[in-house]
Amino acid sequence: MATKVVMEALSPTMEEGRLVEWKKQEGDKVAQGDVLAEVETDKAVMDLVARHDGTLLKHAIEAGATVPVGALVGVIGEPGEDVSALVAKAEQPGSKATPVAQTESRTPEAETTKPAADTTAQMTSMPPAPPAAAITESQAASRAPAPAGGDGGRVKASPLARKIAAERGLDLHGVTGSGPAGRIIQRDLEGLTARPAAAAAAVPAFRPAPGEPYADVPLTQIRKTIARRLSQSIGPVPTFYLTTEIDMTRVWEAREGLKSLDGPKISFNDILIKATALALRQHPACNSWWRDDHIRYWNEVHIGMAVAIEDGLITPVIRYADQKSLRQIATEARDLAGRARERRLQPDEYTGATFSISNLGMLDIDQFTAIINPPETGILAIGAITEKPVIIEGAIEVRRRLRVTMSCDHRVVDGATGAEFLKTLKTMLENPLALVW
Amino acid sequence: MANFDVIVVGGGPAGYVCAIRCAQLGLNTAVVEKEKLGGVCVNIGCIPTKALLQSSHVAHLARADAKEMGIELGEVKTDYGVAMKRSRRVSDQNSKGVEYLMKKNKITVLKGTGVLQPGRKVKVGNDVHTAGKAVVIATGSRVKGIPQIGLELNGTTVFSSDEALFLEKAPASMAIVGAGAVGCEFADIFHAFGTKVTLIEALPRILPLEDAECSQALTKSYQGRGITVYAGAKVTKAQVGKDQVTLTVETGGKTESVKVDRVLMAAGRAVNTENMGFREAGVQLTDRGFVKVNLETLETTSPGVYCIGDVAGPPMLAHKGSREGVTVAERIAGQHPHPIKYDNIPSVTYCHPEVASIGLTEDACKEQKLDFQVGRFPFSANGRARAAAETEGFVKIIRGKKYGEILGAHIIGAHASEMIHELVVARENEFTVEEVDLAVHAHPTLSEAIAEAALDSMGRALHI
Repeated sequence: MATKVVMEALSPTMEEGRLVEWKKQEGDKVAQGDVLAEVETDKAVMDLVARHDGTLLKHAIEAGATVPVGALVGVIGEPGEDVSALVAKAEQPGSKATPVAQTESRTPEAETTKPAADTTAQMTSMPPAPPAAAITESQAASRAPAPAGGDGGRVKASPLARKIAAERGLDLHGVTGSGPAGRIIQRDLEGLTARPAAAAAAVPAFRPAPGEPYADVPLTQIRKTIARRLSQSIGPVPTFYLTTEIDMTRVWEAREGLKSLDGPKISFNDILIKATALALRQHPACNSWWRDDHIRYWNEVHIGMAVAIEDGLITPVIRYADQKSLRQIATEARDLAGRARERRLQPDEYTGATFSISNLGMLDIDQFTAIINPPETGILAIGAITEKPVIIEGAIEVRRRLRVTMSCDHRVVDGATGAEFLKTLKTMLENPLALVW
Repeated sequence: MANFDVIVVGGGPAGYVCAIRCAQLGLNTAVVEKEKLGGVCVNIGCIPTKALLQSSHVAHLARADAKEMGIELGEVKTDYGVAMKRSRRVSDQNSKGVEYLMKKNKITVLKGTGVLQPGRKVKVGNDVHTAGKAVVIATGSRVKGIPQIGLELNGTTVFSSDEALFLEKAPASMAIVGAGAVGCEFADIFHAFGTKVTLIEALPRILPLEDAECSQALTKSYQGRGITVYAGAKVTKAQVGKDQVTLTVETGGKTESVKVDRVLMAAGRAVNTENMGFREAGVQLTDRGFVKVNLETLETTSPGVYCIGDVAGPPMLAHKGSREGVTVAERIAGQHPHPIKYDNIPSVTYCHPEVASIGLTEDACKEQKLDFQVGRFPFSANGRARAAAETEGFVKIIRGKKYGEILGAHIIGAHASEMIHELVVARENEFTVEEVDLAVHAHPTLSEAIAEAALDSMGRALHI
């Protein structure tokens, strides 16, 4: 019995994926759990694994192709089995998206009958676990939620749902329909916000060819995500900015002292992560999420650190940063940043931050403002540490100074709240022993 | 003493339909009915009144239109008793039809009053029957009087539809208290049989649940034929004599004295919840007296006991009860039926002209501050309506401005009861006014007025 391999939702926000490379060729024997292909999601390159034993009979798409979540990418079955019907179905015009969350095992004649798996319903809203156990189909109940895509990829939706989607810029592919036979109805679109429609992505060309005035480069997954997330932020998030200058001379000296110890090299960034995390403990208003109808104040402190990667940025998370030693933070930060640059992060490694910091000091930026990553309500922008003349008790002294700017979501963090947090941070850094107090 | 999978208490349109669906799904089912199968609907409600309304329509045709259409009938005489007997035959046929359906589906009919007992048991007479899977309460509702102002039902001068349906003769004069569907239908019927009718409604307009424009049009039509209409009127006093009743009616700041031979109470209904062991079985009621149910599953506060139809809450409509019956049956059989869309249940009054509606009224749209556009098309501009001499009324469609969805639709006119379903289907499937227009409507039909109203809501009606 032939089994479809479909593009899986490998990250919480993934809507389509680019098949980077086939790891198994047509005719290769595969066992459940084997890596079939590498897929570039909106954030990382992930493995697409086999859900069934058998032989990979068919590559339905070529390496480099981008398809929506749920689309057919290959077929596993017995050698010699005729899979043309399965593949032909998927290749029908307009069959861009078949949002079926996981591989579905079905016989050709059963295809029209089964509503899809319950789990599919959660695809758009829940972060699915990365490669996990095979998902079983729910009972064929008459009202089991079903993906509206259906087999041919035609989206089943009411005329009203289509109009609402068109007006709001919603992509109906992947929306779970609750109407008869999984038809998308008005109710299913409640609370959904616009997402860019699936666009054909190609391998980006970064530089214009010599002699060309410009190059039109299709948006990569990550650029799309950045655009969506950041415009989401600067639009509806009422942000204000607080800047303070911190004397880092003593941190500098402390760091020089730490250099003689064994273990990882401690960066200023590591120290700033630690200090920020400790300061947040004292100012829970800044360690919060705006949740539209409520505010979530976090007890845990998870610091997201913006890492520049080729063609974008990502914010891996140092979890429980307030409870970790500088050595632990330094080790983790290095590992996460390294794997971020290789696009090898798992979704749970770049989601769930309660506060973020962004550091452009190494690029000699004195001071800047960073954009809040919702639902977080604050982000700290770190500039460069520079030597400056400072008047201390009437005398000019040369000190190492750092300017930090905090962006605050005014819906949660008021001016004084943010300022008090910064004051705590400043005191800590100017008296670095406070970090171990 | 017997064991069943399901026992349905009440054989009206909710209960008997539920039983049929249960039987279809392989459940051993019994229906308890103390009177005739089919309930109020078939025996003393929907069905016999439609038979009488047909008589009133024929009377109207004979009087008003026949001659002009080239048919000379001479003097038109009416006899309510004859019409009543025909309506009884129609009801009996329908009730027999339900009996046949019970037999066909191998449903046991238990004659008597069902009294619930704890543990999914129902006592009928001296026998206690056990339901293995579920008990379904479908005990319905009945008419009620207004004893507070002296208008207690006495069955002779002050009566309800229960008695009106069995009169041998139309009274010379009659006040109808309550101008909802029942009151308006009887006003139409008795007026056609020569009764001088006074229709009294406490709310500001007759058919108060319908769109105000329909109420206005019907008021005009009734007044035009000689029915007295008091809306926004309060009956403050009633003097009930042996052969006459004098009502004191306050209306528009004035006090009127209405002397009539008979008073028909058509104001409200009471649900049948008394003396049926509800409390003992753990079935609780709401503050308003309905059986308390989980709105999703229609299960009562007693596990395994469901409730459908009038007794489960408004709207008290046969078709709402039937749908609940089907849904509950499927749920009992372990299926996952689609939830009932209570905001898409049509409402129909079968007077002439008929009034039918689905969805929101224009006033409700205003209250909800919706952005909407009204489209209208009068039957006077419709060829088929003119040919049939049925130019009274209009189609009104309320379109959501942004998406074109049908927020509400209202039809007053001949055959409105049949025409409304195009818009019920449209709303059920979330078609917008554009799809309604895109569907080609046959010419000449009254339904073309629907397409035109849809177009008019977009500002581009063709024939007006």
